[in-house]
Amino acid sequence: MSTPQDQPVVDARDLRIWYGSERGPVKAVDGVSFSIRKGEILGLVGESGCGKSTLGRGLLGLLPAGAEMDGQLHFQGTDLLSLPRKEMFARRGTELAMIFQEPLTRLNPLMRISAHFEETLKTHERGIGKTEIRHRALEVLRVMGIPPTRYRSYPHEFSGGMRQRLMIALALVLRPAFVVADEPTTALDVLVEAQIIRILHDLRREFDTSLLLITHNLGIIAEACDRVAVMYAGEIVEIGDARDVFADPQHPYTRELLRSTISLGTTGLNYIPGAPPDLVEPPSGCHFHPRCPDAMNICAGRHPLKRQMPNGVLTQCWAADLRHGLAGSATALTSEQTAPLTREEFSVADEA
Amino acid sequence: MFKTLTSPIRNTSGMARWILLAGLIITAAFVIMAIFAPWIAPYGFAQNSSDGMRFPKMGPPSAAHPLGTNDQFFDILSRVIWGARTEVTVVVLSVLFAVSVGMPLGLLSGFLGGWADRLMVFVMDVLYSFPSLLLAIVFAFLLRGPLGGGTFAAALALTAIYIPQYFRVVRSTTASAREATYVEAARAIGARNGTIMGRYLFGNVIQSVPVIGTLNAADAISTLAALGFIGLGIQPTDAAEWGYDLSRALDDAQSGIWWTTLFPGLAIVLLVTGLTLVGEGLNETVNPTLRKRRFRKVRMPANEPTSALVEGEV
Amino acid sequence: MPTKPEQVADPVSAEDQTLVELSDLEVHFELRGSTFSRLLGLDTGTVKAVDGVDLSIRRGEVLGVVGESGSGKTTLGRALLGLVGATHGSITYRPRAENGTVREQVVSRLRGRELRRLRTDLQMVFQDPHAALNPSMTIATGVGHPLKIHGIASGADLRRLVAESLERVGLSPAEQFLDKYPSDLSGGQKQRAVIARAIILDPQVLVADEPVSMLDMSVRAKILELMLGLKRDLGLTYVYITHDLATAKFFCDRIAIMYLGRVVEIGPSEEIFADPKHPYTKALLKAIPEPDPAKLVPRDLPRGEIPDAASPPLGCSFHPRCPEAVAECGWESRDLRALLEEHWTRQDPDVYEKERGLVGNLDRLETPAKQVTLGARGSASRVKALLDRVRSENPDEPMWKGVDDMTEEADGVRVEFHPGVDPLLRPAGTAAEVACVLHPAPVTTEPSRPENHDRS
Repeated sequence: MSTPQDQPVVDARDLRIWYGSERGPVKAVDGVSFSIRKGEILGLVGESGCGKSTLGRGLLGLLPAGAEMDGQLHFQGTDLLSLPRKEMFARRGTELAMIFQEPLTRLNPLMRISAHFEETLKTHERGIGKTEIRHRALEVLRVMGIPPTRYRSYPHEFSGGMRQRLMIALALVLRPAFVVADEPTTALDVLVEAQIIRILHDLRREFDTSLLLITHNLGIIAEACDRVAVMYAGEIVEIGDARDVFADPQHPYTRELLRSTISLGTTGLNYIPGAPPDLVEPPSGCHFHPRCPDAMNICAGRHPLKRQMPNGVLTQCWAADLRHGLAGSATALTSEQTAPLTREEFSVADEA
Repeated sequence: MFKTLTSPIRNTSGMARWILLAGLIITAAFVIMAIFAPWIAPYGFAQNSSDGMRFPKMGPPSAAHPLGTNDQFFDILSRVIWGARTEVTVVVLSVLFAVSVGMPLGLLSGFLGGWADRLMVFVMDVLYSFPSLLLAIVFAFLLRGPLGGGTFAAALALTAIYIPQYFRVVRSTTASAREATYVEAARAIGARNGTIMGRYLFGNVIQSVPVIGTLNAADAISTLAALGFIGLGIQPTDAAEWGYDLSRALDDAQSGIWWTTLFPGLAIVLLVTGLTLVGEGLNETVNPTLRKRRFRKVRMPANEPTSALVEGEV
Repeated sequence: MPTKPEQVADPVSAEDQTLVELSDLEVHFELRGSTFSRLLGLDTGTVKAVDGVDLSIRRGEVLGVVGESGSGKTTLGRALLGLVGATHGSITYRPRAENGTVREQVVSRLRGRELRRLRTDLQMVFQDPHAALNPSMTIATGVGHPLKIHGIASGADLRRLVAESLERVGLSPAEQFLDKYPSDLSGGQKQRAVIARAIILDPQVLVADEPVSMLDMSVRAKILELMLGLKRDLGLTYVYITHDLATAKFFCDRIAIMYLGRVVEIGPSEEIFADPKHPYTKALLKAIPEPDPAKLVPRDLPRGEIPDAASPPLGCSFHPRCPEAVAECGWESRDLRALLEEHWTRQDPDVYEKERGLVGNLDRLETPAKQVTLGARGSASRVKALLDRVRSENPDEPMWKGVDDMTEEADGVRVEFHPGVDPLLRPAGTAAEVACVLHPAPVTTEPSRPENHDRS
């Protein structure tokens, strides 16, 4: 597994994941591109129903029946989407792993922790010895802060935070190069959440793992992630270095999401009017335009292009283009196009 | 209303859907027979002559008697059609009785918990542990005295078998629904226990009843036939009953008279199959662990990268 | 629903200010042990969900009750409405009638009809809006059901009142929602409907149990804003139960921090946030993930998790996790076990095996004791060496402050812990109260309750 430092571990290009519904295809993920370098933590943030969980599962080939996925997904140089299912399965676990939100439902209550490790290791590494298993398991438990005295315990003997650590340990015992963590702390209390975030943040030190951390909590992103991707209505609307994005959000959705987050520094309440759009028939042009305070006439008609902003962040927003003078010769905007969009007020009937 | 009724069909796919449809068609045929028996059946169920002409004894299928006649000079086609009426009546009555006793008891038991619950569970488990046919025989025997051997008595005899099943299912769903937040919310607005059971639990608990209802109905048909077969069912003068006809015709088969056994037997098998298919089909839609939602095939248009213009990589 | 008049000129005594008073409230649950132990009538233990809480809720304030899951905050809220019975102590409700006279009702003694009547005054908003509405009732029926239950309105009258209530919570036009089922509504809309149902009886107190924690970030502010508006318009008093200090800071006038069934710190919001005194409060504040990338992952946070309420730690319940703990915090045998286990997470498996064998049966340490003997006959010196080694690894570990003596004896090393104190809530700072040995009573006032290391 020698990856040159400059080559990303995961490189996704124009990924789409759609699934069928009675009203037509649900475009849960629609043209998403990003890459994750070795040992990097990319945070994926968005509201419920924006497609972030679907994307996370899709990356590991864990989609439900009836979902279709296309685009390119390179993992350490190989296109995973062109692999046969069986090979994809073999990679899952050994090189790709997932950490879920509710750990208790993923652990077999009748199996000791030791048995969980034995099963995981034996499935993926044939002929591994008992001492070796124990050694590897204790090593990874140690990193998670679980004492070796608990190795022979049953899942129910652990507290919620310990179970989540166990799940992480089980995901990491095979030393995967890429881990997707889907809301790993949502079910936990704030102090335990902080412990888990710290563990995830420190993973790369011990395991060299790249991590996609899916969450709805911007605070977690700010603390634990190197880069952040903001997802809205199946698209990544802004992606870049976490510090840059938080310091100077380029997309109005990112900005409004930050403003509506209630933190210790909050002095007034802000929120985004309206509700996230229907993914069967998302709004024309920029999907955010019906809720966007900066919307211009062009936003309703033409989908904005992805462009790099002066602060290095990649975003898709006409207003940002205009602000930075990026809507240059190729796509010069007329004054008609840049006039503020007139819309109807939102009523609560449309709210999330 | 129509939407909720057809939703099981719309929500199923493949096998489950065909099972449900096939079951519904078979069952509907018998129900139509039952309802319109006086108009469909060529003769009465206990009619052995027409226009002063006595029917032949064990006559083979003919123009006048398409399915032949039996040893009592009855027209078999008419017996089968009238029999459908008997079966459907008994089954509907017994399921109704069983639901109206088993469900309230289950609701109460699941809601109250504690010793009352334990007592009821014990009684029901005792009832349930008996072989159902044995239980039906005992009840049929007991009810014969006060109620005679009519349709009503047969329905009551069957009821006893099915009460525990409704009780169990309703009790367990109630016990879990009792912990739901909306029940606590009902308590918080000051609802008394009766209101909570009637308005908050009942509506959310009855959803499992139709499935057991149809499966029980299938079972009830065979049990009723079995009762008739051993002579404890409905008296032949009260109504036509397939099981009774079958038992009378058993000896005929050895002497080459096939039509007296075949048609009542076929009717039993068909109706039991139909109802079982409906039950299984419904089960797949109602029971979420078995359910496989129908997926619409997705067709994606060719991938036109929306990232047409990407200035630099991040 | 008329706006309640403010009492301005009324000279109000302190007694009169208090709308609900909790006095030494205890809510204990019998633990259901295994069938076997129940058959034998063995002691199966009690969970002290709320364990001696004194609290007064003032008219018109927003009182925040903040804590982790397992702190007893939800049980406290349910006890306020009489949804769970009090094992000990009392909840007194003092509503003011139209003519200004104050009634007094002891909630914890009400039963049946009277308790149900109380629900016209005390109402609740639940955490999960998806589960709080009966899925088989339309919004009109569900939201209007309180009116029907209490025989206040029916028919067209009821529908009109429901529509008014829906409009009041922002579900307008109400006609659009009346005949819908909860499943047709979004999360935020459902929570609005739950609030509409709670205010339709024109209550005085609203207990809101995590009303926004299951909603998306972009909706939370809307619901909080709605609740603030309702409080202003209807003269409500709120008890806001949450684990989220950030919303509590914005929303509450006073905040009570709960830990394992007790209030460990209480005071005006500004003081709690500007000058947190209890180490637990400080930790909670530090742990909140803030959307500020300049803030690094916090590293000096309390270890472990909230302990099992069936067998709480001796002394102060927070001491096993407390970074500031001192000798008299209540150190005991289980803390020694935790420390040894923590030490072993840093050792190689081989070293662990050797040391583990030396210490012997760890389950001995599970029964809380102030004195414990480790090791076996003849191994005293090696066990002592191990303990010294553990100590030297991290000499600042608070537990060592609580170890009075370690003596080598014939059958092992006897470890003796310092006598502990179970701290009571005492005034600290300007208007706050805190239960921590680091904040002793300012003067030599005798505590009303004897301080004992063992929680009664």
